[in-house]
Amino acid sequence: MDHSSLAGRIFRGIALSLVLVFFMFPIVWILLMSFQTNEQILRIPPRILFEPTLANYEALISGQLRTAAGNLQIEFMRNLMNSFVLSSASVILALLLGVPAAYAFARFKFKLGETIAFTLLSFRFAPPLLVLLPLSLYYQQLGLNDTYFGIVWVYQLIALPLILWIVRGYFEDISPDIEHAYRLAGHSWREAFTRIAVPLAGPGIAAAGLLSFIFCWNNFVFALILASADKQPVTVGALAFVTASGIQYGQIAAAIVLSVTPTLLLALYAQRYLVEGLSLGAVKG
Amino acid sequence: MSMAQLVETEATPRRTKRWRGRLLPYLLSLPALLVCIAILVPFVTAAIYSLQRYRLNLPYLRGFIGVDNYIDFLSDPAFWNTLRISLVYTAVTVIAELLLGLGIALLLRRPTRFHNAVSIMLLLPLMTAPAIAALMWKLMTNPSFGILSYLVGLLGVHDFKWASDPSTALFTVVLVDVWVYTPFIMILLLAGLRSLPRQPFEAAALDGVPASFVFFRITLPMLAPYIITASLFRLLDSIQQFDIVYAMTQGGPGDRLMVFQVQAYLEFFQYTNVGRSAALLMILWLITNVLSNIFIKNWLRLRARAHGHA
Repeated sequence: MDHSSLAGRIFRGIALSLVLVFFMFPIVWILLMSFQTNEQILRIPPRILFEPTLANYEALISGQLRTAAGNLQIEFMRNLMNSFVLSSASVILALLLGVPAAYAFARFKFKLGETIAFTLLSFRFAPPLLVLLPLSLYYQQLGLNDTYFGIVWVYQLIALPLILWIVRGYFEDISPDIEHAYRLAGHSWREAFTRIAVPLAGPGIAAAGLLSFIFCWNNFVFALILASADKQPVTVGALAFVTASGIQYGQIAAAIVLSVTPTLLLALYAQRYLVEGLSLGAVKG
Repeated sequence: MSMAQLVETEATPRRTKRWRGRLLPYLLSLPALLVCIAILVPFVTAAIYSLQRYRLNLPYLRGFIGVDNYIDFLSDPAFWNTLRISLVYTAVTVIAELLLGLGIALLLRRPTRFHNAVSIMLLLPLMTAPAIAALMWKLMTNPSFGILSYLVGLLGVHDFKWASDPSTALFTVVLVDVWVYTPFIMILLLAGLRSLPRQPFEAAALDGVPASFVFFRITLPMLAPYIITASLFRLLDSIQQFDIVYAMTQGGPGDRLMVFQVQAYLEFFQYTNVGRSAALLMILWLITNVLSNIFIKNWLRLRARAHGHA
Protein backbone atom coordinates (compact mmCIF):
# COMPACT_ATOMS: atom_id res chain seq x y z
CA MET A 1 0.00 0.00 0.00
CA ASP A 2 1.35 3.38 -0.93
CA HIS A 3 1.11 5.77 1.99
CA SER A 4 3.27 8.49 0.55
CA SER A 5 1.68 9.41 -2.76
CA LEU A 6 0.11 12.84 -2.58
CA ALA A 7 -3.21 11.77 -4.12
CA GLY A 8 -3.44 8.89 -1.67
CA ARG A 9 -2.82 11.17 1.29
CA ILE A 10 -5.38 13.69 0.15
CA PHE A 11 -7.92 10.94 -0.37
CA ARG A 12 -7.29 9.53 3.09
CA GLY A 13 -7.50 12.98 4.65
CA ILE A 14 -10.85 13.72 3.03
CA ALA A 15 -12.23 10.28 3.88
CA LEU A 16 -11.21 10.58 7.53
CA SER A 17 -12.72 14.08 7.79
CA LEU A 18 -16.02 12.78 6.42
CA VAL A 19 -15.95 9.90 8.90
CA LEU A 20 -15.33 12.30 11.79
CA VAL A 21 -18.08 14.66 10.68
CA PHE A 22 -20.64 11.86 10.32
CA PHE A 23 -19.93 10.29 13.70
CA MET A 24 -19.26 13.41 15.75
CA PHE A 25 -21.71 15.92 14.30
CA PRO A 26 -24.88 14.55 16.00
CA ILE A 27 -23.26 14.70 19.43
CA VAL A 28 -21.92 18.23 18.90
CA TRP A 29 -25.18 19.48 17.43
CA ILE A 30 -27.37 18.15 20.25
CA LEU A 31 -24.92 19.62 22.76
CA LEU A 32 -25.24 23.03 21.06
CA MET A 33 -29.04 22.71 20.97
CA SER A 34 -29.15 22.07 24.69
CA PHE A 35 -27.78 25.58 25.28
CA GLN A 36 -30.34 27.29 23.05
CA THR A 37 -33.77 28.68 23.72
CA ASN A 38 -36.64 27.30 21.70
CA GLU A 39 -36.73 30.49 19.62
CA GLN A 40 -33.06 30.09 18.74
CA ILE A 41 -33.61 26.46 17.77
CA LEU A 42 -36.56 27.27 15.53
CA ARG A 43 -34.65 30.00 13.67
CA ILE A 44 -34.02 29.36 9.98
CA PRO A 45 -31.30 29.16 8.84
CA PRO A 46 -29.80 27.57 11.96
CA ARG A 47 -26.84 29.42 13.46
CA ILE A 48 -23.68 28.06 14.97
CA LEU A 49 -23.07 31.28 16.90
CA PHE A 50 -25.66 32.09 19.51
CA GLU A 51 -25.97 33.38 23.02
CA PRO A 52 -25.90 30.26 25.20
CA THR A 53 -28.44 29.80 27.95
CA LEU A 54 -28.56 27.40 30.87
CA ALA A 55 -32.35 27.67 31.12
CA ASN A 56 -32.94 24.16 29.75
CA TYR A 57 -30.72 22.55 32.35
CA GLU A 58 -32.21 24.72 35.10
CA ALA A 59 -35.69 23.61 34.12
CA LEU A 60 -34.67 19.95 34.13
CA ILE A 61 -32.90 20.16 37.46
CA SER A 62 -35.71 22.04 39.17
CA GLY A 63 -38.28 19.75 37.56
CA GLN A 64 -40.44 22.71 36.48
CA LEU A 65 -41.05 22.96 32.76
CA ARG A 66 -42.77 26.00 31.34
CA THR A 67 -44.81 24.92 28.35
CA ALA A 68 -47.47 26.62 26.30
CA ALA A 69 -50.06 24.69 28.32
CA GLY A 70 -48.70 25.95 31.62
CA ASN A 71 -46.22 24.64 34.14
CA LEU A 72 -45.39 20.97 33.93
CA GLN A 73 -43.87 18.82 36.62
CA ILE A 74 -41.16 16.58 35.17
CA GLU A 75 -38.96 14.38 37.28
CA PHE A 76 -36.17 13.77 34.87
CA MET A 77 -33.60 13.98 37.67
CA ARG A 78 -35.33 11.02 39.22
CA ASN A 79 -34.81 9.03 36.01
CA LEU A 80 -31.15 9.95 36.12
CA MET A 81 -30.95 8.82 39.75
CA ASN A 82 -32.74 5.56 38.84
CA SER A 83 -30.22 4.88 36.12
CA PHE A 84 -27.36 5.32 38.59
CA VAL A 85 -28.97 3.15 41.24
CA LEU A 86 -30.10 0.38 38.89
CA SER A 87 -26.86 0.17 36.90
CA SER A 88 -24.53 0.34 39.92
CA ALA A 89 -26.52 -2.17 41.95
CA SER A 90 -26.71 -4.53 38.98
CA VAL A 91 -22.98 -4.40 38.29
CA ILE A 92 -22.03 -4.87 41.95
CA LEU A 93 -24.35 -7.85 42.26
CA ALA A 94 -23.13 -9.31 38.98
CA LEU A 95 -19.49 -8.96 40.06
CA LEU A 96 -20.16 -10.58 43.43
CA LEU A 97 -21.93 -13.50 41.77
CA GLY A 98 -20.04 -13.65 38.50
CA VAL A 99 -16.37 -13.40 39.42
CA PRO A 100 -16.31 -16.53 41.65
CA ALA A 101 -18.31 -18.41 39.02
CA ALA A 102 -15.94 -17.28 36.27
CA TYR A 103 -13.09 -18.54 38.43
CA ALA A 104 -14.79 -21.90 38.84
CA PHE A 105 -15.34 -22.17 35.08
CA ALA A 106 -11.71 -21.35 34.39
CA ARG A 107 -10.09 -23.56 37.02
CA PHE A 108 -12.30 -26.61 37.28
CA LYS A 109 -13.36 -28.37 34.16
CA PHE A 110 -16.79 -29.67 35.03
CA LYS A 111 -19.75 -30.50 32.86
CA LEU A 112 -22.27 -28.25 34.61
CA GLY A 113 -19.92 -25.30 34.27
CA GLU A 114 -19.63 -25.72 30.51
CA THR A 115 -23.40 -26.14 30.21
CA ILE A 116 -24.08 -22.96 32.16
CA ALA A 117 -21.49 -20.97 30.24
CA PHE A 118 -22.97 -22.06 26.92
CA THR A 119 -26.57 -21.51 27.94
CA LEU A 120 -25.76 -17.97 29.03
CA LEU A 121 -23.80 -17.31 25.86
CA SER A 122 -26.49 -18.62 23.55
CA PHE A 123 -29.19 -16.62 25.37
CA ARG A 124 -27.05 -13.54 24.97
CA PHE A 125 -28.25 -13.75 21.38
CA ALA A 126 -31.86 -14.75 22.01
CA PRO A 127 -34.56 -12.10 21.58
CA PRO A 128 -34.87 -10.33 24.98
CA LEU A 129 -38.64 -10.07 24.67
CA LEU A 130 -38.90 -13.86 24.53
CA VAL A 131 -37.74 -13.97 28.15
CA LEU A 132 -39.14 -10.61 29.24
CA LEU A 133 -42.79 -10.97 28.28
CA PRO A 134 -43.44 -14.20 30.21
CA LEU A 135 -41.26 -12.84 33.00
CA SER A 136 -43.45 -9.74 33.27
CA LEU A 137 -46.48 -12.00 33.85
CA TYR A 138 -44.56 -13.95 36.52
CA TYR A 139 -43.43 -10.71 38.08
CA GLN A 140 -47.01 -9.53 38.39
CA GLN A 141 -47.90 -12.69 40.27
CA LEU A 142 -44.82 -12.48 42.50
CA GLY A 143 -45.28 -8.77 43.20
CA LEU A 144 -41.83 -8.06 41.75
CA ASN A 145 -43.24 -5.86 39.03
CA ASP A 146 -41.99 -2.32 39.31
CA THR A 147 -39.57 -2.90 42.17
CA TYR A 148 -35.89 -1.96 42.10
CA PHE A 149 -35.06 -5.48 43.22
CA GLY A 150 -36.99 -7.03 40.34
CA ILE A 151 -35.33 -4.78 37.77
CA VAL A 152 -31.83 -5.33 39.17
CA TRP A 153 -32.47 -9.06 39.03
CA VAL A 154 -33.47 -8.86 35.36
CA TYR A 155 -30.41 -6.71 34.60
CA GLN A 156 -28.36 -9.72 35.67
CA LEU A 157 -29.33 -11.19 32.31
CA ILE A 158 -27.22 -8.43 30.73
CA ALA A 159 -24.40 -8.08 33.23
CA LEU A 160 -23.73 -11.62 34.41
CA PRO A 161 -23.02 -13.36 31.06
CA LEU A 162 -20.72 -10.48 30.09
CA ILE A 163 -18.76 -10.72 33.33
CA LEU A 164 -18.63 -14.50 33.24
CA TRP A 165 -17.18 -14.68 29.75
CA ILE A 166 -14.73 -11.81 29.95
CA VAL A 167 -13.40 -12.60 33.42
CA ARG A 168 -13.19 -16.30 32.68
CA GLY A 169 -10.84 -15.54 29.79
CA TYR A 170 -8.59 -13.54 32.10
CA PHE A 171 -8.50 -16.28 34.74
CA GLU A 172 -7.61 -18.81 32.05
CA ASP A 173 -4.64 -16.68 31.07
CA ILE A 174 -3.22 -16.75 34.59
CA SER A 175 -1.11 -19.82 35.22
CA PRO A 176 -2.62 -21.89 38.04
CA ASP A 177 0.92 -22.67 39.23
CA ILE A 178 1.10 -19.45 41.26
CA GLU A 179 -2.06 -20.38 43.10
CA HIS A 180 -0.82 -23.95 43.64
CA ALA A 181 2.38 -22.66 45.17
CA TYR A 182 0.40 -20.31 47.39
CA ARG A 183 -1.91 -23.14 48.47
CA LEU A 184 1.09 -25.36 49.23
CA ALA A 185 2.34 -22.66 51.57
CA GLY A 186 -0.69 -23.43 53.68
CA HIS A 187 -3.20 -20.87 52.46
CA SER A 188 -6.82 -21.71 51.94
CA TRP A 189 -8.61 -21.76 48.66
CA ARG A 190 -10.34 -18.51 49.52
CA GLU A 191 -7.06 -16.73 50.20
CA ALA A 192 -5.58 -17.92 46.92
CA PHE A 193 -8.66 -16.62 45.13
CA THR A 194 -8.84 -13.19 46.78
CA ARG A 195 -5.10 -12.49 47.11
CA ILE A 196 -3.70 -14.01 43.92
CA ALA A 197 -6.31 -14.69 41.25
CA VAL A 198 -8.56 -11.63 41.64
CA PRO A 199 -5.74 -9.03 41.70
CA LEU A 200 -4.09 -10.65 38.68
CA ALA A 201 -7.37 -10.63 36.76
CA GLY A 202 -8.00 -7.02 37.87
CA PRO A 203 -7.94 -5.41 34.41
CA GLY A 204 -10.37 -8.00 33.10
CA ILE A 205 -12.72 -7.50 36.02
CA ALA A 206 -12.54 -3.74 35.52
CA ALA A 207 -13.27 -4.08 31.80
CA ALA A 208 -16.19 -6.41 32.43
CA GLY A 209 -17.59 -4.20 35.18
CA LEU A 210 -17.37 -1.03 33.10
CA LEU A 211 -18.86 -2.62 30.05
CA SER A 212 -21.77 -4.09 32.00
CA PHE A 213 -22.40 -0.73 33.67
CA ILE A 214 -22.63 0.91 30.25
CA PHE A 215 -24.85 -1.85 28.85
CA CYS A 216 -27.18 -1.69 31.85
CA TRP A 217 -27.33 2.10 31.59
CA ASN A 218 -28.05 1.96 27.88
CA ASN A 219 -30.67 -0.74 28.13
CA PHE A 220 -34.13 0.30 27.10
CA VAL A 221 -36.48 -2.62 26.65
CA PHE A 222 -36.14 -4.23 30.11
CA ALA A 223 -37.27 -1.15 31.98
CA LEU A 224 -39.81 -0.22 29.31
CA ILE A 225 -41.66 -3.42 30.17
CA LEU A 226 -40.99 -3.80 33.89
CA ALA A 227 -40.78 -0.29 35.36
CA SER A 228 -43.42 2.38 35.88
CA ALA A 229 -42.66 6.10 35.79
CA ASP A 230 -41.00 6.48 39.19
CA LYS A 231 -38.55 3.60 38.64
CA GLN A 232 -37.68 4.28 35.01
CA PRO A 233 -34.07 4.89 33.96
CA VAL A 234 -33.12 7.71 31.57
CA THR A 235 -33.51 5.69 28.39
CA VAL A 236 -37.22 5.15 29.00
CA GLY A 237 -37.60 8.44 30.83
CA ALA A 238 -36.24 10.45 27.90
CA LEU A 239 -38.78 8.93 25.55
CA ALA A 240 -41.62 9.70 27.97
CA PHE A 241 -40.18 13.18 28.36
CA VAL A 242 -40.34 13.79 24.60
CA THR A 243 -44.02 12.85 24.61
CA ALA A 244 -44.78 14.97 27.68
CA SER A 245 -42.85 18.12 26.85
CA GLY A 246 -44.04 18.29 23.26
CA ILE A 247 -42.18 21.09 21.54
CA GLN A 248 -39.69 22.05 24.25
CA TYR A 249 -36.82 21.02 22.00
CA GLY A 250 -34.07 22.71 23.97
CA GLN A 251 -35.06 20.80 27.06
CA ILE A 252 -35.26 17.55 25.13
CA ALA A 253 -31.71 18.16 23.91
CA ALA A 254 -30.56 18.90 27.46
CA ALA A 255 -32.23 15.72 28.70
CA ILE A 256 -30.40 13.75 25.98
CA VAL A 257 -27.09 15.34 26.96
CA LEU A 258 -27.63 14.46 30.63
CA SER A 259 -28.59 10.88 29.71
CA VAL A 260 -25.52 10.13 27.61
CA THR A 261 -22.85 12.09 29.49
CA PRO A 262 -22.11 9.48 32.19
CA THR A 263 -21.52 6.62 29.75
CA LEU A 264 -19.58 8.75 27.28
CA LEU A 265 -17.27 10.02 30.04
CA LEU A 266 -16.78 6.47 31.28
CA ALA A 267 -16.04 5.34 27.75
CA LEU A 268 -13.42 8.04 27.23
CA TYR A 269 -11.86 7.41 30.62
CA ALA A 270 -11.60 3.67 30.18
CA GLN A 271 -11.30 3.33 26.42
CA ARG A 272 -8.47 0.82 26.57
CA TYR A 273 -10.38 -1.61 28.79
CA LEU A 274 -13.45 -1.04 26.75
CA VAL A 275 -11.96 -2.08 23.44
CA GLU A 276 -10.66 -5.26 25.03
CA GLY A 277 -13.97 -5.99 26.70
CA LEU A 278 -16.02 -5.23 23.59
CA SER A 279 -14.42 -7.99 21.64
CA LEU A 280 -15.36 -10.24 24.59
CA GLY A 281 -11.83 -11.47 24.61
CA ALA A 282 -12.19 -12.64 21.02
CA VAL A 283 -9.46 -10.41 19.72
CA LYS A 284 -6.50 -9.59 21.84
CA GLY A 285 -4.40 -6.81 20.49
CA MET B 1 5.59 -23.45 58.05
CA SER B 2 7.65 -26.64 58.02
CA MET B 3 7.04 -29.44 55.60
CA ALA B 4 5.87 -31.73 58.40
CA GLN B 5 3.22 -29.25 59.43
CA LEU B 6 2.07 -28.84 55.88
CA VAL B 7 1.66 -32.57 55.44
CA GLU B 8 -0.19 -32.75 58.71
CA THR B 9 -2.70 -30.04 57.90
CA GLU B 10 -3.26 -31.60 54.52
CA ALA B 11 -3.71 -35.03 56.02
CA THR B 12 -6.01 -34.66 59.00
CA PRO B 13 -9.28 -33.44 57.55
CA ARG B 14 -8.60 -35.15 54.24
CA ARG B 15 -12.00 -36.64 53.72
CA THR B 16 -14.05 -33.49 54.36
CA LYS B 17 -11.54 -31.47 52.39
CA ARG B 18 -11.76 -33.62 49.32
CA TRP B 19 -15.52 -33.65 49.56
CA ARG B 20 -15.57 -29.87 49.86
CA GLY B 21 -13.07 -29.50 47.08
CA ARG B 22 -15.29 -31.43 44.75
CA LEU B 23 -18.34 -29.42 45.70
CA LEU B 24 -16.58 -26.07 45.41
CA PRO B 25 -17.02 -25.44 41.69
CA TYR B 26 -20.73 -26.18 41.99
CA LEU B 27 -21.12 -23.84 44.95
CA LEU B 28 -19.31 -21.08 43.09
CA SER B 29 -21.42 -21.42 39.98
CA LEU B 30 -24.70 -21.60 41.87
CA PRO B 31 -25.62 -17.94 41.17
CA ALA B 32 -24.91 -18.39 37.48
CA LEU B 33 -27.06 -21.50 37.54
CA LEU B 34 -29.89 -19.50 39.13
CA VAL B 35 -29.66 -16.92 36.37
CA CYS B 36 -29.77 -19.73 33.83
CA ILE B 37 -32.93 -21.05 35.42
CA ALA B 38 -34.36 -17.54 35.52
CA ILE B 39 -33.84 -17.42 31.76
CA LEU B 40 -34.94 -20.94 30.94
CA VAL B 41 -38.22 -20.88 32.89
CA PRO B 42 -39.66 -17.87 31.02
CA PHE B 43 -38.27 -19.32 27.79
CA VAL B 44 -40.13 -22.62 28.28
CA THR B 45 -43.19 -20.64 29.35
CA ALA B 46 -43.03 -18.63 26.14
CA ALA B 47 -42.76 -21.86 24.15
CA ILE B 48 -45.91 -23.15 25.90
CA TYR B 49 -47.77 -19.84 25.39
CA SER B 50 -47.00 -20.06 21.69
CA LEU B 51 -49.08 -23.25 21.55
CA GLN B 52 -52.06 -21.67 23.30
CA ARG B 53 -54.93 -19.44 22.47
CA TYR B 54 -54.10 -16.88 25.16
CA ARG B 55 -55.44 -13.36 25.19
CA LEU B 56 -55.12 -11.26 28.31
CA ASN B 57 -58.47 -9.61 27.68
CA LEU B 58 -60.29 -12.92 27.09
CA PRO B 59 -58.84 -15.23 29.77
CA TYR B 60 -61.75 -17.71 29.61
CA LEU B 61 -60.89 -18.58 26.00
CA ARG B 62 -57.44 -19.80 27.00
CA GLY B 63 -56.53 -23.30 25.86
CA PHE B 64 -54.12 -25.41 23.86
CA ILE B 65 -54.47 -25.08 20.12
CA GLY B 66 -51.32 -26.90 19.01
CA VAL B 67 -49.42 -25.11 16.28
CA ASP B 68 -52.40 -23.05 15.12
CA ASN B 69 -50.69 -19.77 16.01
CA TYR B 70 -47.87 -20.70 13.68
CA ILE B 71 -50.15 -21.93 10.91
CA ASP B 72 -52.10 -18.67 11.10
CA PHE B 73 -48.92 -16.79 10.27
CA LEU B 74 -48.62 -18.55 6.92
CA SER B 75 -51.74 -16.83 5.61
CA ASP B 76 -51.18 -13.57 7.47
CA PRO B 77 -49.77 -10.73 5.37
CA ALA B 78 -48.71 -8.90 8.56
CA PHE B 79 -46.38 -11.77 9.41
CA TRP B 80 -44.79 -11.82 5.96
CA ASN B 81 -44.40 -8.06 6.19
CA THR B 82 -42.60 -8.46 9.52
CA LEU B 83 -40.34 -11.17 8.17
CA ARG B 84 -39.53 -9.17 5.06
CA ILE B 85 -38.86 -5.89 6.89
CA SER B 86 -36.68 -7.63 9.48
CA LEU B 87 -34.60 -9.36 6.83
CA VAL B 88 -34.22 -6.23 4.72
CA TYR B 89 -33.31 -4.17 7.79
CA THR B 90 -30.74 -6.74 8.85
CA ALA B 91 -29.20 -7.15 5.41
CA VAL B 92 -28.94 -3.42 4.73
CA THR B 93 -27.51 -2.50 8.14
CA VAL B 94 -25.00 -5.33 8.30
CA ILE B 95 -23.71 -4.78 4.75
CA ALA B 96 -23.48 -1.01 5.19
CA GLU B 97 -21.79 -1.28 8.58
CA LEU B 98 -19.39 -3.94 7.37
CA LEU B 99 -18.25 -1.97 4.33
CA LEU B 100 -18.01 1.28 6.24
CA GLY B 101 -16.37 -0.33 9.27
CA LEU B 102 -13.80 -2.10 7.09
CA GLY B 103 -13.07 1.10 5.20
CA ILE B 104 -12.53 3.09 8.40
CA ALA B 105 -10.41 0.33 9.95
CA LEU B 106 -8.17 0.40 6.84
CA LEU B 107 -7.87 4.18 7.08
CA LEU B 108 -6.86 3.96 10.74
CA ARG B 109 -4.61 0.95 10.30
CA ARG B 110 -1.27 2.56 11.12
CA PRO B 111 -1.19 3.14 14.90
CA THR B 112 -0.34 6.83 14.85
CA ARG B 113 -1.46 9.07 17.68
CA PHE B 114 -4.02 10.79 15.46
CA HIS B 115 -5.47 7.50 14.22
CA ASN B 116 -5.82 6.23 17.79
CA ALA B 117 -7.53 9.46 18.83
CA VAL B 118 -10.03 9.07 15.98
CA SER B 119 -10.79 5.47 16.90
CA ILE B 120 -11.45 6.54 20.50
CA MET B 121 -13.80 9.28 19.33
CA LEU B 122 -15.69 6.72 17.28
CA LEU B 123 -16.41 4.82 20.49
CA LEU B 124 -18.82 7.58 21.52
CA PRO B 125 -21.72 6.71 19.18
CA LEU B 126 -21.35 3.06 20.18
CA MET B 127 -21.59 3.99 23.85
CA THR B 128 -24.71 6.08 23.29
CA ALA B 129 -27.89 4.25 24.26
CA PRO B 130 -29.54 3.26 20.94
CA ALA B 131 -32.93 4.56 22.13
CA ILE B 132 -31.34 7.93 22.96
CA ALA B 133 -29.46 7.93 19.65
CA ALA B 134 -32.82 7.60 17.92
CA LEU B 135 -34.07 10.65 19.81
CA MET B 136 -30.98 12.61 18.78
CA TRP B 137 -31.60 11.85 15.13
CA LYS B 138 -35.27 12.61 15.59
CA LEU B 139 -34.33 16.13 16.69
CA MET B 140 -31.97 16.51 13.75
CA THR B 141 -34.51 15.28 11.21
CA ASN B 142 -37.46 17.29 12.51
CA PRO B 143 -39.15 18.76 9.42
CA SER B 144 -39.57 22.27 10.87
CA PHE B 145 -36.14 22.95 12.42
CA GLY B 146 -34.00 19.80 12.04
CA ILE B 147 -30.52 20.57 10.80
CA LEU B 148 -30.54 17.61 8.41
CA SER B 149 -33.87 18.65 6.93
CA TYR B 150 -32.36 22.10 6.44
CA LEU B 151 -29.21 20.69 4.82
CA VAL B 152 -31.05 18.47 2.33
CA GLY B 153 -33.21 21.52 1.64
CA LEU B 154 -30.06 23.40 0.63
CA LEU B 155 -29.31 20.53 -1.76
CA GLY B 156 -32.68 21.15 -3.37
CA VAL B 157 -34.60 18.28 -1.74
CA HIS B 158 -37.57 19.92 -0.04
CA ASP B 159 -40.16 18.22 2.13
CA PHE B 160 -37.90 15.31 2.93
CA LYS B 161 -39.94 13.64 5.67
CA TRP B 162 -37.32 11.17 7.00
CA ALA B 163 -38.86 8.69 9.45
CA SER B 164 -42.42 9.91 9.01
CA ASP B 165 -42.58 9.13 5.29
CA PRO B 166 -43.12 5.43 4.43
CA SER B 167 -40.68 5.62 1.53
CA THR B 168 -37.78 7.02 3.59
CA ALA B 169 -38.52 5.61 7.06
CA LEU B 170 -36.35 2.52 6.57
CA PHE B 171 -33.49 4.64 5.28
CA THR B 172 -33.70 6.88 8.35
CA VAL B 173 -33.62 4.10 10.98
CA VAL B 174 -30.85 2.34 9.05
CA LEU B 175 -28.90 5.59 9.20
CA VAL B 176 -29.22 5.67 13.00
CA ASP B 177 -28.25 1.99 13.25
CA VAL B 178 -25.21 2.65 11.05
CA TRP B 179 -24.26 5.63 13.20
CA VAL B 180 -24.43 3.61 16.40
CA TYR B 181 -22.97 0.27 15.33
CA THR B 182 -20.42 0.87 12.58
CA PRO B 183 -17.79 1.68 15.25
CA PHE B 184 -18.32 -1.80 16.70
CA ILE B 185 -17.27 -3.48 13.46
CA MET B 186 -14.51 -0.92 13.00
CA ILE B 187 -13.02 -1.70 16.43
CA LEU B 188 -13.03 -5.47 15.89
CA LEU B 189 -11.55 -5.21 12.40
CA LEU B 190 -8.95 -2.65 13.47
CA ALA B 191 -7.78 -4.98 16.25
CA GLY B 192 -7.72 -7.79 13.67
CA LEU B 193 -5.80 -5.74 11.10
CA ARG B 194 -3.19 -4.66 13.62
CA SER B 195 -2.62 -8.22 14.81
CA LEU B 196 -1.89 -9.60 11.32
CA PRO B 197 1.68 -10.78 10.75
CA ARG B 198 3.84 -8.25 8.89
CA GLN B 199 5.91 -10.57 6.71
CA PRO B 200 3.41 -11.16 3.86
CA PHE B 201 2.93 -7.40 3.48
CA GLU B 202 6.65 -6.68 3.57
CA ALA B 203 7.31 -9.39 1.00
CA ALA B 204 4.57 -8.04 -1.25
CA ALA B 205 5.98 -4.51 -0.94
CA LEU B 206 9.46 -5.76 -1.89
CA ASP B 207 8.11 -7.53 -4.94
CA GLY B 208 6.14 -4.45 -5.96
CA VAL B 209 2.80 -6.28 -5.87
CA PRO B 210 -0.08 -3.89 -6.71
CA ALA B 211 -2.15 -2.64 -3.76
CA SER B 212 -5.42 -4.14 -5.00
CA PHE B 213 -3.79 -7.58 -5.20
CA VAL B 214 -2.44 -7.20 -1.67
CA PHE B 215 -5.87 -6.20 -0.41
CA PHE B 216 -7.90 -8.95 -2.07
CA ARG B 217 -5.37 -11.78 -1.84
CA ILE B 218 -3.61 -11.10 1.45
CA THR B 219 -5.48 -8.65 3.70
CA LEU B 220 -9.04 -9.86 3.14
CA PRO B 221 -8.37 -13.61 3.48
CA MET B 222 -6.32 -13.11 6.61
CA LEU B 223 -8.97 -10.83 8.06
CA ALA B 224 -11.81 -13.19 7.17
CA PRO B 225 -12.28 -14.76 10.63
CA TYR B 226 -12.60 -11.30 12.17
CA ILE B 227 -15.00 -10.16 9.46
CA ILE B 228 -17.17 -13.24 9.96
CA THR B 229 -17.24 -12.83 13.74
CA ALA B 230 -18.06 -9.13 13.58
CA SER B 231 -20.81 -9.52 10.99
CA LEU B 232 -22.43 -12.50 12.70
CA PHE B 233 -22.46 -10.52 15.92
CA ARG B 234 -24.17 -7.62 14.18
CA LEU B 235 -26.48 -9.93 12.24
CA LEU B 236 -27.75 -11.42 15.50
CA ASP B 237 -28.36 -8.03 17.09
CA SER B 238 -29.76 -6.41 13.99
CA ILE B 239 -32.49 -8.96 13.30
CA GLN B 240 -33.74 -8.31 16.84
CA GLN B 241 -33.55 -4.53 16.62
CA PHE B 242 -36.07 -2.92 18.94
CA ASP B 243 -34.73 0.21 20.64
CA ILE B 244 -34.00 2.34 17.59
CA VAL B 245 -37.15 1.44 15.70
CA TYR B 246 -39.42 1.74 18.73
CA ALA B 247 -37.98 5.07 19.88
CA MET B 248 -38.05 6.49 16.35
CA THR B 249 -41.44 5.39 14.97
CA GLN B 250 -42.89 2.54 17.08
CA GLY B 251 -42.95 0.44 13.93
CA GLY B 252 -44.67 3.03 11.77
CA PRO B 253 -45.52 4.84 9.65
CA GLY B 254 -48.31 2.27 9.27
CA ASP B 255 -46.61 -1.10 9.39
CA ARG B 256 -43.56 0.07 7.45
CA LEU B 257 -41.03 -0.76 10.17
CA MET B 258 -42.76 -3.63 11.99
CA VAL B 259 -39.64 -5.63 12.75
CA PHE B 260 -40.01 -8.82 14.79
CA GLN B 261 -39.64 -7.55 18.30
CA VAL B 262 -41.66 -4.37 17.78
CA GLN B 263 -44.48 -6.42 16.29
CA ALA B 264 -44.29 -8.90 19.18
CA TYR B 265 -44.29 -6.06 21.72
CA LEU B 266 -47.39 -4.47 20.21
CA GLU B 267 -49.06 -7.86 19.84
CA PHE B 268 -48.56 -8.37 23.59
CA PHE B 269 -49.31 -4.93 25.01
CA GLN B 270 -51.67 -3.43 22.46
CA TYR B 271 -53.64 -6.45 21.27
CA THR B 272 -52.95 -8.45 24.49
CA ASN B 273 -52.52 -11.55 22.33
CA VAL B 274 -49.91 -13.45 24.34
CA GLY B 275 -50.09 -16.62 22.26
CA ARG B 276 -49.42 -14.87 18.96
CA SER B 277 -46.70 -12.70 20.46
CA ALA B 278 -44.95 -15.77 21.88
CA ALA B 279 -45.19 -17.65 18.58
CA LEU B 280 -43.68 -14.69 16.74
CA LEU B 281 -40.80 -14.56 19.21
CA MET B 282 -40.26 -18.31 18.97
CA ILE B 283 -39.81 -17.97 15.21
CA LEU B 284 -37.31 -15.16 15.75
CA TRP B 285 -35.54 -17.29 18.35
CA LEU B 286 -35.26 -20.16 15.88
CA ILE B 287 -33.62 -17.89 13.33
CA THR B 288 -31.20 -16.41 15.85
CA ASN B 289 -30.45 -19.81 17.36
CA VAL B 290 -29.23 -21.20 14.06
CA LEU B 291 -27.12 -18.09 13.48
CA SER B 292 -25.77 -17.98 17.02
CA ASN B 293 -24.63 -21.60 16.91
CA ILE B 294 -22.53 -20.79 13.87
CA PHE B 295 -21.33 -17.64 15.56
CA ILE B 296 -20.37 -19.28 18.86
CA LYS B 297 -18.37 -21.99 17.11
CA ASN B 298 -16.52 -19.40 15.09
CA TRP B 299 -15.96 -17.12 18.05
CA LEU B 300 -14.62 -19.87 20.29
CA ARG B 301 -12.12 -20.85 17.60
CA LEU B 302 -10.95 -17.24 17.30
CA ARG B 303 -10.82 -16.90 21.07
CA ALA B 304 -8.77 -20.06 21.44
CA ARG B 305 -6.36 -18.77 18.83
CA ALA B 306 -6.04 -15.40 20.59
CA HIS B 307 -5.35 -17.20 23.84
CA GLY B 308 -2.61 -19.12 22.09
CA HIS B 309 -3.79 -22.70 22.34
CA ALA B 310 -5.01 -23.71 18.91
